[in-house]
Amino acid sequence: MLQKFKKYAVSRRGRDSLLCFGIVLIAYIAVQAAIAGGALSSQMKGLLVPICAYVVMAISLNLTVGILGELSLGHAGFMSVGAFAGIVATTALAETIPSAPLRLAAAMLVGGLCAAVAGVLVGVPVLRLKGDYLAIVTLAFGEIIKNIVNVIYIGMDGRGLHFSLVTQNFTLEEGGKMIISGPIGVSGVKTLSTFTSGVVLILITVFFVLNLINSRAGRAIMSVRDNKIAADSIGISVTRYKLLAFVISAAFAGMAGTLYAMNFSTVTAAKFDFNTSILILVFVVLGGLGNIWGSIIAAALLTLLPELLREVGDYRMLIYAILLIGMMLFNNSKLKRRLMEQRSLKQMEKLEQAADGKEGA
Amino acid sequence: MKKTLSMLLAGTMLVTALAGCGGNNDAAQSGGDNSAAADGTVFKLGGTGPLTGANAIYGNAAKNGAQIAVDEINAAGGDIQFELKYEDDESDAEKAVSGYNSLKDWGMQLSLGSVTSKPCEATAAKTFEDRVFALTPSASSTATTEGKDNMFQMCFIDPAQGVLAAESISAHKLATKIAIIWKNDDVYSTGIHDTFIKEAKAKGLEIVSDTTFTEASATDFNVQLNDAKSKGADLVFLPIYYQPASLILTQANAMGYAPKFFGVDGMDGILTLENFDTSLAEGLMLLTPFNADDEKNKGFVEQYVEQFGETPNQFAADAYDCVYAYKQALEAAGATPDMSAEELCGKMIEQFTSMTFDGLTGSGATWGTNGQISKDPIVVTIQNGVYVTM
Amino acid sequence: MSFLNHLISGISLGSIYAIIALGYTMVYGIAKMLNFAHGDVIMVGGYMCFCATIYLGWPAWAGIALAIAVCTVLGMAIERLAYKPLRMAPSLAVLITAIGVSYLLQNAALLIWGSSPKMFTSVVGGQPIALFGGQIMLAPVTLVTVLSCLVIMAALVLFTGHTKMGTAMRAVSEDKGAAQLMGINVNTTISMTFAIGSGLAAVAGVLLCSAYPTLMPTTGAMPGIKAFTAAVFGGIGSIPGAFVGGILLGVIEIFAKAYISTQLSDAIVFAVLIVVLLVKPDGLLGKRVSEKV
Repeated sequence: MLQKFKKYAVSRRGRDSLLCFGIVLIAYIAVQAAIAGGALSSQMKGLLVPICAYVVMAISLNLTVGILGELSLGHAGFMSVGAFAGIVATTALAETIPSAPLRLAAAMLVGGLCAAVAGVLVGVPVLRLKGDYLAIVTLAFGEIIKNIVNVIYIGMDGRGLHFSLVTQNFTLEEGGKMIISGPIGVSGVKTLSTFTSGVVLILITVFFVLNLINSRAGRAIMSVRDNKIAADSIGISVTRYKLLAFVISAAFAGMAGTLYAMNFSTVTAAKFDFNTSILILVFVVLGGLGNIWGSIIAAALLTLLPELLREVGDYRMLIYAILLIGMMLFNNSKLKRRLMEQRSLKQMEKLEQAADGKEGA
Repeated sequence: MKKTLSMLLAGTMLVTALAGCGGNNDAAQSGGDNSAAADGTVFKLGGTGPLTGANAIYGNAAKNGAQIAVDEINAAGGDIQFELKYEDDESDAEKAVSGYNSLKDWGMQLSLGSVTSKPCEATAAKTFEDRVFALTPSASSTATTEGKDNMFQMCFIDPAQGVLAAESISAHKLATKIAIIWKNDDVYSTGIHDTFIKEAKAKGLEIVSDTTFTEASATDFNVQLNDAKSKGADLVFLPIYYQPASLILTQANAMGYAPKFFGVDGMDGILTLENFDTSLAEGLMLLTPFNADDEKNKGFVEQYVEQFGETPNQFAADAYDCVYAYKQALEAAGATPDMSAEELCGKMIEQFTSMTFDGLTGSGATWGTNGQISKDPIVVTIQNGVYVTM
Repeated sequence: MSFLNHLISGISLGSIYAIIALGYTMVYGIAKMLNFAHGDVIMVGGYMCFCATIYLGWPAWAGIALAIAVCTVLGMAIERLAYKPLRMAPSLAVLITAIGVSYLLQNAALLIWGSSPKMFTSVVGGQPIALFGGQIMLAPVTLVTVLSCLVIMAALVLFTGHTKMGTAMRAVSEDKGAAQLMGINVNTTISMTFAIGSGLAAVAGVLLCSAYPTLMPTTGAMPGIKAFTAAVFGGIGSIPGAFVGGILLGVIEIFAKAYISTQLSDAIVFAVLIVVLLVKPDGLLGKRVSEKV
């Protein structure tokens, strides 16, 4: 049993999953302990749910950028779809499902589903393109989603849901409530998200994505990334697997969107713009393409960074920018390569010594 | 494994950078702030606003205005002494909540809410939950105060401005055909636009052109202006901030279109735009709570110019008023700085719903239990580069 | 008449997009990177010209010269410090660094010049020209913008096609390794490209601020993204493509506002872009690169 576990832990696949789950669970326990001990400031407490949402966003984008190998600059668009769909769902289900966690879960499912549908709509045309053209089209779709959400009016009253575009052409009965009112967005939502629900969503995402990567479908997706023509020639349907990865990625982004939206009492479409998409992309690149646990750490660290920098006042974003450039330069520098080489040399020596020891015995 | 090391190193870099900068900042702060005292002797006042990013001008104005009031009050001595802290929210709800939380950790007793509407709706939900009293200088959407007994506004709510604008256009018989240009991804602009349309219809005003722009398309207004011009609008209503409005005025001038322009309180500040040709704004009418050219505001304006090198706008004046309103309420309630935020919250609700406040942005202001202010708005026309009350 | 009016506004806006897009496309074609900081170099150019003409009282041409000089040096410095060490790194790493540089420039500008917008005095004076009995007003700055755009494009085509440096650029863009073997100094060539691209950005900044005269630290961000879109639209890497893409994008934007809906104009612009790319996956004038196995 122990032997089996050791073998699993040493394999690349095993190490990755153990690291992912380990990081999330240890962080969760540490945070809970800190809260119980009163060691966590309210600023940190307030950041927990957004961090969870960004972690899920980063993991899901990593699926597109790292595993599928296509650059997407409109990931926040799917988050937006999930956020607004989730809000409509929670308001509509307020009476049918009284339990908050269950309602949140239902809203996430709706949010994920709507984002997946958006993913199919975007993916079918977009994935025919390649490289920077694909990137710009995802950017365009992100902007279109933002623009359209800006002109949606949804209200609810005794007669059910009402919906209109561009101008609000329905009037609500007495006691009715606007859920989304165009540019004003959503106000006065009852918040449902908790840190625990966020962590559960991360665990589900990690579980699903890791299993996907290590499945037949996952290997097919990676083969498409590594060599499309070779993959095509051995009978892998490139379009199908591209779309599969893209839609799954969109679905998880939608769920993250719901989690995010249900943490604040107000949301507008303008929040999910190009800058947010870029922010998520920064998490993925800094965490390492295709590296799931790297995404988790990078998302958490980089969300905390500007908040920790509040101390420096006016220079906050300037320093954030310098650190960002510094990290990218360091990550690709000769210095780092030299450090890495030294380290692996030492490891080799250790291994040799161990081997010598064995022989000697 | 390579990644672990790089992450670790990145983390160390981060920590060292933080430590380095944190140290510098402490020194700078204690140098600049001579009134900083130990907890329990001053009231800790906090707020969030966009200090960086595209809306930085509003946040910085509010921060500076409040700072002047705090400095004045502290310099005058007296029982009520303040310590002010502003956190950056980049006009983003998420960052605002985070900034609010960090203010809470700092020990904030009274809140100045947030400067812009959407972030303030988010922090208002938090101040309501935590029972911290909040008075926002400038977040004007109705959702800001809705359903919260401890959230108050120093500015007019958006719908009120829409109604006021329609009323004064009809009362002064300013126009027969009206065009509106508004920003359709902005809460403030949409709120005013919607009620203006309703009220204008009720008043029998004819709206011939109703066009919009967004953050992404806020450079070229020729289409909107052409539409207004071709439909013969003799007044263009601009429920937007002065930065895009200045572009509209310039472009209208370039195409030889000279209708009357009517703005709301966001228009205030257009004359202070550095290097702006004020002749373009000649005849422009606007609703404003604050007139920088008014005699009674001279002291504040001079102080602001001296300290920050520019003429204050209404955001600065509103924030200045907020601090003085707090002072008045605290004095009346006999509050002491050792009280908790929750105790103060109860007292403030009592005071604000019953007191009358005279400030730079209007005298005889009162608040309803819903947190909305009622004070007399002024409609001014710009003549020879100064505001003249209509 | 209103059609002509809209067309003029569209071309005027489009010419500015085109000049910015030319800079984007130059850098992309040679260094194979999306330089997201390009929009912010524009902003720096605008501020430089503003400071020179307003604070120092210099004449307009000197302001433009200063803007071009500062931006050229800035562009080369950015390339040397932030992008050159990443020449061998994956393209995404360079992209993120470019975003970092963009944040850096914006926030440095915020600290230096403050958050209040400044009103730019147009470098092109004069009264609007009235055509058709005053039904169409043509601002001099529009004429200057369109003309400079044409001149810049023609100059770039000649430069890349007929000078030694231009040939070197095309060679580097084709194959870095082979170019080096032919004795071309790749580093100098790339540095030169950044210098030209940033110089163009300065011109674009001055013209942008002359036509739409407010100046803030975020002034360059949105036109930057639009121009990037325009460059891809026309086929990124292609100089005439950037020109055509820019003009078309401007005209489509104005027409969408004028004839369909001001509320949905952004969505319409991007929808047109998507349709065009689906029909012509390499942009309007892009080169079709066949895949090698």
